[in-house]
Amino acid sequence: MSVALTRRPGLAALRTGWGPLHLLCLGFAAVVVLAALLAPWLAPADPNAVDLGGALGGPSADHLLGADAAGRDTLSRLLIGARTSLLGPLGVVVFSTVGGIVVGTLAAWCGGWLDSLLSRSTELVFAFPGLLLAVLIVSVYGEGLLAPVLALAVAYLPYVSRLTRSLVLAERRRPYVSAYQVQGHSAWQICRRHVIPNIAPVVLAQSAINFGYALMDLAGLSFLGLGVPALTPDWGRMVFDGQTAIQHGYPLSAVLPCAAVILTVVAFNVVGERWADQVARRDR
Amino acid sequence: MNALDIQGLRLQLPGTARPVLDGVDLTVAAGETVALVGESGSGKTLTSRSALRLLPPGARAEGKVLVAGEDVLTMDADRLRALRTGQAAMIFQDPRAATNPLRRIGDFLTESVTLAGKMNRAEATERAVSLLGAVGLGPELLGRYPGQLSGGMLQRVVIAAALMGDPALLLADEATTALDVTSQAEVVALLGRLREQFGTGLLFVTHDLGLAAAISDRVYVMYAGRIAEVGPAAALFEHPRHPYTAALLAATPRPDAPGGRLAAIDGQPPDLRQELTGCAFAARCPLATELCRTVVPEPVKVSGGHLAACHHSDQLEGSTARV
Amino acid sequence: MSETVLEVSGLCRTFGDVRAVDEVSFTLPAGGSLGIVGESGSGKTTTARIVVGLEEADAGSVTVRGRRREGRARGKAERLTRAREVQMVFQDPYLSLDPRYGVQDVLRETLRLHFPDADPAPRVAELLDQVGLGTRAAEALPRQLSGGQRQRVAIARALAVEPAVLVLDEAVAALDVSVQAQVLNLLADIRERTGVGYLFITHDLGVVRCVTEEVIVMRQGRVVEAGRTEAVLADPQHPYTRLLLDSVPRPGWEPSLIAAARREVG
Repeated sequence: MSVALTRRPGLAALRTGWGPLHLLCLGFAAVVVLAALLAPWLAPADPNAVDLGGALGGPSADHLLGADAAGRDTLSRLLIGARTSLLGPLGVVVFSTVGGIVVGTLAAWCGGWLDSLLSRSTELVFAFPGLLLAVLIVSVYGEGLLAPVLALAVAYLPYVSRLTRSLVLAERRRPYVSAYQVQGHSAWQICRRHVIPNIAPVVLAQSAINFGYALMDLAGLSFLGLGVPALTPDWGRMVFDGQTAIQHGYPLSAVLPCAAVILTVVAFNVVGERWADQVARRDR
Repeated sequence: MNALDIQGLRLQLPGTARPVLDGVDLTVAAGETVALVGESGSGKTLTSRSALRLLPPGARAEGKVLVAGEDVLTMDADRLRALRTGQAAMIFQDPRAATNPLRRIGDFLTESVTLAGKMNRAEATERAVSLLGAVGLGPELLGRYPGQLSGGMLQRVVIAAALMGDPALLLADEATTALDVTSQAEVVALLGRLREQFGTGLLFVTHDLGLAAAISDRVYVMYAGRIAEVGPAAALFEHPRHPYTAALLAATPRPDAPGGRLAAIDGQPPDLRQELTGCAFAARCPLATELCRTVVPEPVKVSGGHLAACHHSDQLEGSTARV
Repeated sequence: MSETVLEVSGLCRTFGDVRAVDEVSFTLPAGGSLGIVGESGSGKTTTARIVVGLEEADAGSVTVRGRRREGRARGKAERLTRAREVQMVFQDPYLSLDPRYGVQDVLRETLRLHFPDADPAPRVAELLDQVGLGTRAAEALPRQLSGGQRQRVAIARALAVEPAVLVLDEAVAALDVSVQAQVLNLLADIRERTGVGYLFITHDLGVVRCVTEEVIVMRQGRVVEAGRTEAVLADPQHPYTRLLLDSVPRPGWEPSLIAAARREVG
């Protein structure tokens, strides 16, 4: 099958066959997800409790990873921040995957003018930078997680729909699809029960990769002060808040969320790539 | 000296209970056409590929595979490369898969010999033109792409490419299976002519008994990694002395036979996960006795050059498979 | 062998400027077996695909049991009626089954669609028995089966619908000789027992001899010869049929003469 997943140039270099890296990344991704799920119980302090006396403190017994310029506990903010930081990309991935599969399958199955219409309009979205689209929508609709998530979902939809379209086209040529048509099954049934489950692993691998990119884009948006409201703990927002702390010589509160973003993106990328490679190998 | 001389070749693959090839002996003399017949999984393709040391990953090979007197299994990488571009060449089943759709026919023909440094471009092109002539195609094809040619024409191009290095041994693995019957006849006629012209030994791997009988001097019948029967084509097909050969002949539908039911062979070839204690065909054989299930039959000479690996081959004496 | 179950008349189909199927007509008596023989590009597969409804004809008609099949099927009732008229078995047993569906599930799915009120279990067992598959194979996924076994599953799936006509598109071409013979015998048994009609698309004249009563020979989209199978094979009238017959390899075969004859027929 001549179907390629879409990757960003720098991160594509990470697809190595090096086993331990994959395991390490899988482990890290699991830890991050667990931390986000259990954050309210894990967090040692209220992430928004201001303690000006302890502002810009280094690691101590009270604040294991120090505190930021307002004296808020960095560890607690990191843990609680993982929730919004992962929930956003999750929303992006869910919306773009469902939408992309619908659009791609419709385009491939129906062909003709519908295919042209859907393919051209997704290409139009492709031509428009996703981040810019998000900035535009946020500036119109104001703060909140939903606007940037929807904007990025639209921006990511073409990656999934293009992949789905080519996979469905290839799958449709297999005689088993013709066999089901001859048996009297409806196109909807054939797609739902046979075609989509057969292409799903590849599409989900793309979505796992997209998750990393979406996390990075959303962190970027909140760093710019767009998206999540000011008080919500979020990794991108924390980097923004930590800027001043860096100037004061206390880099920890900005560097840690930075590292969290980068490591999580890399982890999801490596896991997604590995998954995609495994699926490709099984197909052969 | 034989073009190909395989002696006691055993090939063990990882994760299998028995060797895929179990003591294969096979020779192809210079200028001789030999057919290797078998069903899928019999090991016929592996046998022919071993002549170029194209073995599956993890395979352990024992025995000798001599191409023009040199053992392929032990030679170093440089020698092996020279062998593959020179003494031995292979024609695959699907000519479309064997050619790059984005490269012109001219490049495809000249690539391997110029890369091996055997000829310069001009010499290679000259030879390509003369070989295209030999396979009945014109020099104008050099500038065309594979997509512009029919399957039959493309297979002839692939044959011309195989002859570029002036091989002593040509391996044709189901080379006509993907072609229509009428183009098959043309390709076979062509291979016969080329063999006379260049004195090349030809090992023709096929599942088609009729084709094997029609074109070869000698035929090897393989079953489950072993040679079941070998002999001159006419003798083997008129008077098969191995029950498998006889059963295979009876199971082949023929346009000149009466219609109706075929004498099918019950069961399936043995699985690779299954160890074989005696004769591989015993489970499906009408003549099988206790002896067959416990003792592996050795090839026994039944007449000049005709050998059958069967304990009961004398029971088939005088039988005729043809209707 | 009285009434006609399938009637095809004046079928035409053009792809670009190639006439893939050109005025093709034939009839299949109830419970009969008709072979369509030809090489690649003869239009035999396109004809078969039009008959089952995977392709539409530019002109001509396909009539099954007196009912004309026209245009694309609209609505569930029409789809199911058509499915019960004609079923198909494809060439490649490795691609004609969904790799994720086990043998039993494949049959159950079809039975549920066509006979929603009946308990599928006894019928599944009956179908598996009919195509010579044991209960062990019933649990298996396609990749755990051999080519011959998969083709048996595909035949069982087609029979589950209880069609009037079964189109077999090179259905034994990908199988080994010994397995091919088993499947051909199986098909003969099934026809005897169920009275289903066969439309057998093949390039192999031996197979045609074995399983068909009548045959049409196609070349470049046209029917060049038609008649009783024994008569056509014993005494071919058209030079192309003769060429096809001569091209079948046998001892004492002269490929160079055939190559010459091929150029003559052009």
